[in-house]
Amino acid sequence: MKFGVLVFPGSNCDHDTQHVLAEIAQQPAVFLWHDSPDLQGCDAILVPGGFAYGDYLRTGAIARFSPVMQSVKKFAADGGLVLGICNGFQILCEAGLLPGALLRNAGLQYICKQVYLRAETTDSPFTHNLDRGQVLKMPIGHMEGNYFCDESTLAELKKADRVAFRYVSAEGEATREANPNGSLDNIAGILNESRNVLGMMPHPDRSSEALLGSSDGFKIFASLVEALAHRS
Amino acid sequence: MKAHVYVTPKKTVLDPQGQAICNALRKMRYAGVADVRQGKCFELTLDDNLPLADARTEVERIAREVLTNPVIEEFSFRLE
Amino acid sequence: MKSSAPVAPSPATVTPELLATHGITADEYRRIQDALGRTPSLTELGIYSVMWSEHCSYKSSKVHLKRLPTRSKLVVQGPGENAGIIDVGDGWACAFKIESHNHPSYIEPYQGAATGVGGILRDIFTMGARPLAVMDSLRFGPLTADKDTPEELVHKNHSVVEGVVHGIAGYGNCFGVPNLGGETKFEPCYSGNPLVNAFALGLVRRDEIFYAKATGIGNPVIYVGARTGRDGIHGATMASEEFKEGSEQKRPNVQVGDPFMEKLLLEACLEAMQTGAVVGIQDMGAAGLTCSTCEMGARGGVGLEVELDHVPQRETGMSAYEIMLSESQERMLLVAEKGREHEILRVFDKWGLEGVIVGTVIPEPRLRIFQHGELVADIPNQSLTDDAPLYHRPVGTWSRPEQIKVPLDPPPHILEELKKPRDYTADLKKLLASPNICSKRWVYEQYDSMVQTNTVQGPGGEAGVMRIKGTNRGLAMALAGNGRWCYLDPKLGAMHAVAEAARKVACTGATPVAATNCLNFGNPEKPEIMAQLSAAIDGIAEACTALGTPITGGNVSLYNETKGEGIYPTPVVGVVGIIEDVTKAVPADFQREGDYVVLLNADVSKDPIVRTEGEKQKLLTAKATRFIREFGSSELSHAILSDLWGDPPSLYLQSQTQLLRVLTLLAREGKLRSARCISDGGLAVALAEASFANGIGARVGLLSHLGLTPGTSAFAESSCQVLTSCGPDQFESMRELAGESGIWAQIIGDTIAARLRIDVSGATVIDSSIRELRAEWSTALEAQLAAEVTA
Repeated sequence: MKFGVLVFPGSNCDHDTQHVLAEIAQQPAVFLWHDSPDLQGCDAILVPGGFAYGDYLRTGAIARFSPVMQSVKKFAADGGLVLGICNGFQILCEAGLLPGALLRNAGLQYICKQVYLRAETTDSPFTHNLDRGQVLKMPIGHMEGNYFCDESTLAELKKADRVAFRYVSAEGEATREANPNGSLDNIAGILNESRNVLGMMPHPDRSSEALLGSSDGFKIFASLVEALAHRS
Repeated sequence: MKAHVYVTPKKTVLDPQGQAICNALRKMRYAGVADVRQGKCFELTLDDNLPLADARTEVERIAREVLTNPVIEEFSFRLE
Repeated sequence: MKSSAPVAPSPATVTPELLATHGITADEYRRIQDALGRTPSLTELGIYSVMWSEHCSYKSSKVHLKRLPTRSKLVVQGPGENAGIIDVGDGWACAFKIESHNHPSYIEPYQGAATGVGGILRDIFTMGARPLAVMDSLRFGPLTADKDTPEELVHKNHSVVEGVVHGIAGYGNCFGVPNLGGETKFEPCYSGNPLVNAFALGLVRRDEIFYAKATGIGNPVIYVGARTGRDGIHGATMASEEFKEGSEQKRPNVQVGDPFMEKLLLEACLEAMQTGAVVGIQDMGAAGLTCSTCEMGARGGVGLEVELDHVPQRETGMSAYEIMLSESQERMLLVAEKGREHEILRVFDKWGLEGVIVGTVIPEPRLRIFQHGELVADIPNQSLTDDAPLYHRPVGTWSRPEQIKVPLDPPPHILEELKKPRDYTADLKKLLASPNICSKRWVYEQYDSMVQTNTVQGPGGEAGVMRIKGTNRGLAMALAGNGRWCYLDPKLGAMHAVAEAARKVACTGATPVAATNCLNFGNPEKPEIMAQLSAAIDGIAEACTALGTPITGGNVSLYNETKGEGIYPTPVVGVVGIIEDVTKAVPADFQREGDYVVLLNADVSKDPIVRTEGEKQKLLTAKATRFIREFGSSELSHAILSDLWGDPPSLYLQSQTQLLRVLTLLAREGKLRSARCISDGGLAVALAEASFANGIGARVGLLSHLGLTPGTSAFAESSCQVLTSCGPDQFESMRELAGESGIWAQIIGDTIAARLRIDVSGATVIDSSIRELRAEWSTALEAQLAAEVTA
């Protein structure tokens, strides 16, 4: 089992993600440089948070043209597991691996704080270790996390059980107050049609050790590791 | 030759920045403003030898494929 | 490039006006002529003007800064480099510094603050350290109108606050360094002079530290990073003779930051350092290429020769003067080992950066600049650095009431007010909503406080606590500075800044080991300002010596005045502490119901022995007078009584040292469930703030301070007490441990669910639900900012 963490110029959660995989999950995890199409035989790809290419044009807009992303598209089409966190989610949307887009937060400001998520589906390699409706504490840190898609896409996401996480209150209610950024239908993370690509704005990489305030995020990594173990 | 590409959020997409500016203008008593959409403007300096038709095709492609995200944005451009 | 005896640069036509626009005095000009042995060229004059500016030369403050303690067995690098460095154990060292960006942040708040963060980050990674955390100390004018602050000023203050916070956030978030908050305060004196002091700390292996020193004759000099534009060139250029062509030359001197470029520079520089081919490295900050070239040469006892035609330029037709004085951001200068430069250039290329060889190290200790094949500057390095002018400016004597018209005792109507019973719960709510005390969530939630996954305690607590990956260790850091106290007594106020920052660090369980300072003052040409500066430095020196926290670097910001109105003297001190087992870091908030609420008291105001009743009465009266005087500088007097009198609270450095030691000891032994300083707003506010995070309040009983009414006692600010909580079974051993070091641990109550009740001398003076108190505290800043349109 081998994990690949993409590195774009401006990625800044690449080391954080690799740290969780290598030190907490104790799995081999390598960095994959944006300029090379070689995925080095990795079994799962993580697209980390940060400000790829400075996010100057649009978040994720330039990253999708990089050589490594062309390989990731093929990898995903072949059923490979891809997890995009924060800027990684934005990149996956721009690259067309996930539907919709992430707009500027409704409050127009960057927000960094702990939020609560509700696991909406356990039917994915990333969430099968969770309980449906389980509330997780995880931080967000973004300026553009306001999920948007058109009505038919939203209907499709709901119908196919592809909403992975919603922002909720500590008690698990998907209220307006619990929605930190104005996301459509409180959506915090979604799956692609084949359920092998997950994009989410909250940071499981920042919530994998109790010392840092929460270890709830590690459950996603643990699911991923287990899913891969079953595959091989 | 220069190309000016204007990228704005689609009408169907909420534009909180434009809205904030619109509200501010109203509070400042600029009564004539009905709505504000905030977008981006790109100024591309093109090779002077490029034929106009080719320039048009190329700028259109750049605008569509790179400068805008069709999920949320639309664009227009002009050459001069 | 020509190293053979060059023809002297062509002399400028030096007029008194030209010198004036360069801020060079007649006397300083004579020194320039002596150093060169000829008339300087215009470029040379520009170089002298920036290097001899207050900002670069510290010419007014240097003679006083020498009094600061700078050594300890942990200090690896003291003042004089890009940042100070201390040994933190397990093979790690940390580089840290605080620096001001006050004036640029007033002119253009977003870019001013952003480039302030960028500058301090470069200072850290120049030393080979990866930035681990940043913090900021911010001072603004009021957000609501009052007698000193008309509407239009409030409007400006709003835009400064928003711009500065957005700028800090925009830069740091993109760069990828966690911001642990810091402190934000409001006073009328900062309306025209906001303070933006940025602190940064980075980690470096003890044996992989880099210095800004050029060595090795013939070694190539490499320029990397952003291209040079006309940003930030001293306003002096506008009036000088070379720029008569047209108005297009007259650019605004606002520097624009590019955090993405800085992130690339960080990664590329750290990777280049790993090649082993980097000899020395310095960032180009203030005075850009000028400062980096002459300082690196001076430190290495060599010279640098630079060909400006090779310097990447953003604009065409830039003169040598402009290139040398440009303050374009995100640029670095390196000296590489000859023959291995390609290894470095390859790294830069990988990161998409432009690395260019622009010059060579030469044996002559001079700065030689060529452009278009001509020598345009040829200056002995020493004359720009060590031999820059030093001023023993007249230092007035600081005394009351000559310097400040603040009475020692409260006016009669306030004294009356203090004696009347009041609704102290209402006072507490009002205080919790006041600008200096209310939650700064609106500020720090805009900062990424968690990137790099090391943040154990982020913004909103006493100090930031970061773990060091791969070890059990952690580092704690805090900033403090109370301008109002320094205004009343610069020396004592400055001592408090050191003690408070150290106390915050110790509250987390860390041992405070070193400090950095940013000295924000008014015009040094006024003897009374120099008196403040000198006294504050004495205070910092005394406190740092006593508490064992030497100053390893920092920055001085003078001329913080508009229209002759200066700021409060505002020394800001950052203290760094080491925590051996970071899992034992103590939080600032109550953790469980049913714990004891314990005051640690270091108050050892030695009472004289009294024998007669008369003597006893006299002593009590003297004590009462002192309490009332100290109450005059409190937040309650400021925010609720709207008055100012008296002195800052007393501070006893010896007992403070014991208090810090006991806090660290108790944390190490796992005795403390929480610890929090009693600062702005006194014990009442500290209790409320300790209750907010977990909704666990307290029920406490206190005794009244002499001379104050029972309720007001709860708002008295004390430097010699710390509010803690502990499990009931831990108290006995805690009391013993504290007692052995002369600290009195006193149970004042216990923690309870959802409510705060304070009794003083038997009477309930404050009683409220935590929810209500939190509502006041948590939304006040946002409400004030939203009260006005700022699109």
